[in-house]
Amino acid sequence: MDGHDRSEAAVSAAGLRKDFGERTALDGIGLELPPGDSLVVLGPNGAGKTTLLRILATLLRPSGGEVVVLGCSLPGEAWKLRGRIGYLGHEPLLYRDLSGRENLRFHARLHGTSGERAEARIAELLAAAAMERRADERIAELSAGMRQRLAICRCVLHEPELLLLDEPDSNLDAEGRELARGLIGPGGGRTRVVVTHDPDRFLPEADQVLRLGIGEAAAVS
Amino acid sequence: MTPSRAAFAAILGKDLRSELRTLQSLPAMALFAVTTFVIFRFGLDRTSLSGSLAAGVLWATLLFRLFVAEREEGGFDAIRLAPIDRSVLFAAKAAALLVYLLALELIAVPIFALFFLDSVAGLAPLALILLLADLGLAATGTLISSMAVNSRARDLLVPLVLLPLVVPLMIAATGATDPLLAVGGPGYHRFGTWLMVLGLYDLIFGLVGYAVFDFLLED
Repeated sequence: MDGHDRSEAAVSAAGLRKDFGERTALDGIGLELPPGDSLVVLGPNGAGKTTLLRILATLLRPSGGEVVVLGCSLPGEAWKLRGRIGYLGHEPLLYRDLSGRENLRFHARLHGTSGERAEARIAELLAAAAMERRADERIAELSAGMRQRLAICRCVLHEPELLLLDEPDSNLDAEGRELARGLIGPGGGRTRVVVTHDPDRFLPEADQVLRLGIGEAAAVS
Repeated sequence: MTPSRAAFAAILGKDLRSELRTLQSLPAMALFAVTTFVIFRFGLDRTSLSGSLAAGVLWATLLFRLFVAEREEGGFDAIRLAPIDRSVLFAAKAAALLVYLLALELIAVPIFALFFLDSVAGLAPLALILLLADLGLAATGTLISSMAVNSRARDLLVPLVLLPLVVPLMIAATGATDPLLAVGGPGYHRFGTWLMVLGLYDLIFGLVGYAVFDFLLED
């Protein structure tokens, strides 16, 4: 766990701010999420939900305030955190010219797993996402829903402690949503931060809710 | 942290597999080189070239293909999220670019010789210049294209920043190539000096890449 104390919050932020030039995307965000809990982030387009998620994923530097994720202070200790988080963004982060299986092998190798162990984990995930039969087709040839299923497999491939999910049900049909729930749903001791425009679907799973507004103070409930 | 060697092999292997499967960059670069040679041949109205003019035509063509080689990275954020040393990412991307450049030269240089050279005696030492110049181009090309990967103005930004940075490299490469392609056979006037300049350029930009790549990948 690299020094991560379970009694600490998995994600905590105080006075978090992010500016893009003159525009302030996030201002004064504060939250405290215990390990194993789910935080659902709601808000209109442009409220900064994705920006918040990308900061927690170490993909963006905060402009101000304090952020600690799994015991690592950001941005200074971002290098310690990478590999412990699973990030699912708007893009599937898969290479179009490679097959789904090749993409997953590549990501397994980046996370230090290869050989039989990696193949077993990939087979397990492909089965869980009902993608075994299409796993050897190039990503470019797959539908958006199938890419999303593979992106979910990529997100949990290395068994991360924290899941950062940006509209995880995007492009998924009813079966896909059910399968996704098995892979990235609550439980299993994993902490989750879920950005969504579908409160009906995700609020029942939430331990905390963060509502972001444009030009308004963020509210945690 | 994933061991550096494993991460390097994974990224380089992925880039080369992706290129081999689609053959996106190499044919475009090769076609570009051939077209440029044809234009020079008819534009200059010369059936053979030597000395500084030959060096200029060769290096102008080989430099421009670098901009054709750059392309979009679909899963860059996923690599940024992996527990790997950022300098390994720099080394792997530069190595992939180096392989593209060398592969293109295997096609472009014989065509250049066929179009313009009376003697091929200078091509063997030219290989050393090409290798040293490619190392520098791969280092600077990787640095600048990675910096611009998430920029909307990428197509403008890469040539705008890259071109001034590679001017010293081009001066050294053409300076070393000029006597090799001289009339009457290759000469080696200041050849060693230009090779040292190329080596120094490679060393500086290799070290700069190693030092700043992590910072460049930040938003």
